Amino acid sequence: MTTVTAPVADVQPAPGSATVEFRSLRRSFGATTALDGLNLTVHPGELLALLGPSGCGKTTALRILAGFEQHDSGQVLVDGEDITRIPAHRRDAGMVFQSYSLFPHLTAADNVAFGLRMRGAGKAERRKRAKELLELVGLPQHADRYPHQMSGGQQQRIALARALALQPRVLLLDEPLSALDAKVRLNLREEIRRLQQELAITTLFVTHDQEEALSMADRVAVLRAGRLEQCATPSELYARPATAFVAEFVGTMSRIPAVRAGDGVEVLGRRHPVDGTVPADGQLDVLVRPENVTLVPALHGRAQVVGASFLGAVTRLTVRLADGTEVKADLATELAAGLPVGSTADIALPDRPVLVDRRAS
Amino acid sequence: MTTAPTPVPTPAATEKLSGGHGVSGTATPAPGSHAKRRAPRGGSWLATLPLFVFFAIAFGLPAVAIAIGAFTVSNDAETGAGTFTTANLSDSVSGAYWTALVSSVKLSAITALIGTLVGLPIAQAVVTSRFRMLREAVLTASGVLANFGGLPLAFAFVATLGNAGELTKLFHLTDHGWTLYSFTGLTVAYLYFLIPLMVLTITPALDGLRVQWREAAQNNRATSLQYWRHVALPILLPSLLGGFVLLFGSAFAAYATAAAMVGATVPLISRQIADALSGNVLVGQGNLALALSLDMIIVAVLVMAVYLPLQRRSARWLS
Repeated sequence: MTTVTAPVADVQPAPGSATVEFRSLRRSFGATTALDGLNLTVHPGELLALLGPSGCGKTTALRILAGFEQHDSGQVLVDGEDITRIPAHRRDAGMVFQSYSLFPHLTAADNVAFGLRMRGAGKAERRKRAKELLELVGLPQHADRYPHQMSGGQQQRIALARALALQPRVLLLDEPLSALDAKVRLNLREEIRRLQQELAITTLFVTHDQEEALSMADRVAVLRAGRLEQCATPSELYARPATAFVAEFVGTMSRIPAVRAGDGVEVLGRRHPVDGTVPADGQLDVLVRPENVTLVPALHGRAQVVGASFLGAVTRLTVRLADGTEVKADLATELAAGLPVGSTADIALPDRPVLVDRRAS
Repeated sequence: MTTAPTPVPTPAATEKLSGGHGVSGTATPAPGSHAKRRAPRGGSWLATLPLFVFFAIAFGLPAVAIAIGAFTVSNDAETGAGTFTTANLSDSVSGAYWTALVSSVKLSAITALIGTLVGLPIAQAVVTSRFRMLREAVLTASGVLANFGGLPLAFAFVATLGNAGELTKLFHLTDHGWTLYSFTGLTVAYLYFLIPLMVLTITPALDGLRVQWREAAQNNRATSLQYWRHVALPILLPSLLGGFVLLFGSAFAAYATAAAMVGATVPLISRQIADALSGNVLVGQGNLALALSLDMIIVAVLVMAVYLPLQRRSARWLS
């Protein structure tokens, strides 16, 4: 189940924290368009998640910001300065990669201090800073260990410390949790969020995991085919998705056939106003979240329970309508006990505007 | 992790008239593998038995025979009966034989070093090339050239860079002091097969350098030069050492190219062994030849003794 946390309202950006802007950014790889005019602003001290399916361009945007890719057109601005011509090694951004990417021949402390060494810092300064950062990520006792002597989660913490060592203005996280197992992932995402808030550093976080994005980010930018679909706080994104794609990509959504009825639509035998506009042609579906579906046990109800998934306090029921449409509904577990598989129920939607989309043929 | 390089060939191999520097298929595996190795179970040792049998027959027995022969002097030519002596060994490290041994080590070390230094950037260019065809063409050519030795190689060099060679005449090389029939000439000829051998050996290791390491280095303010100095080269060190040892061994054991090209102008231990065995200078020098072979084995062991601890230390980073 997705955990939606409230956005952090009062993040005070660190003094060096930067504003990042993508302006009409385009990038193609042969016939494939990775970014198709991306416009996006990341505010100082904010953690913004780039969320989308594989190939939507989120990693490309991050790599362009890091200087590892060049864009075809558009601009990348950091604090208003176009950084297009600045080489990767002179951009003030720390990056954490998906596959740890620690240098295997260096100890944890040497990995963390690598950037300082490249900058010409003395040994004492490097050692002091590495110690501070290892303490920050909770691994001071691992200073002399090599990457192969550490777990994946520990390696990723070291990578995070390395990315922060030079006090960058922007922190870039490229799916940093995807190679970790579930428990470590959960711990580390809390750790990353804590550090990001503590340091109030502008952070761009790429993920395809909606739960990660919604639980960690101040705002989430949903990308599709190189375009920005919606950028909003997690709660807004969940409750008021701007498009059907966002609605279905973020959280669980069921489609129920509907017909036009004046300015609104008729669904499950009732008229509903529409959130947005009704597509002018084609058949329609109403998009509805499981927690917005009401089921009441009824002997000859129009919905038959065909499946149940226990999720703790909530049980997710799958019901089938007469036309074969399957709809998911979340009920308190004690209420769901009254609707065993095979039973029937009356089904209804809340009396408020619904999201409508053209039915896929 | 790096596979141990091909052992320096035994004296038996040095007697191959084909040149004695064939590629043994040594491919240094990619570094960065984090796979955990499990301790082999008891039964799995059985699978290695054929290897040990082969090793004992192909390397162990000849080595023992060489060691015994090197400390023996024949008393009876018909029965081969002999008595213990250290004379062969002391002779093998004195006078012309010592000069030949030093010359062989020097030639092998220089050619292996140049081969490593030149082969690495060529392999890097191949690995980073966007043209797959170029990569395949270079690697195929390297596979052929690394095995191109002996008399054909000597003839090719005589025809192009010999005193009357085409390139020598075209560029008036003799006016600049060039002569193929010298230590320098032999060095150039050896590089002809050693550089491709290095390209073949180091390419898998370069393939294993993760793009993210370079990007992480750049992200930490490292220039390209700093990346190579502080990241890539230390990671490649075991593979480079392995390649160097392989090249050293190939050059050290090579015989036919030198024999055909420079004859006795450049003294080499492999040629001294051949002379002693064939009785070119003196008859009945078989045991001395075995002592010279033992010297070669000792040099090979010394090279491995330097290489192995370094390799083991580096391998710990990458295991």
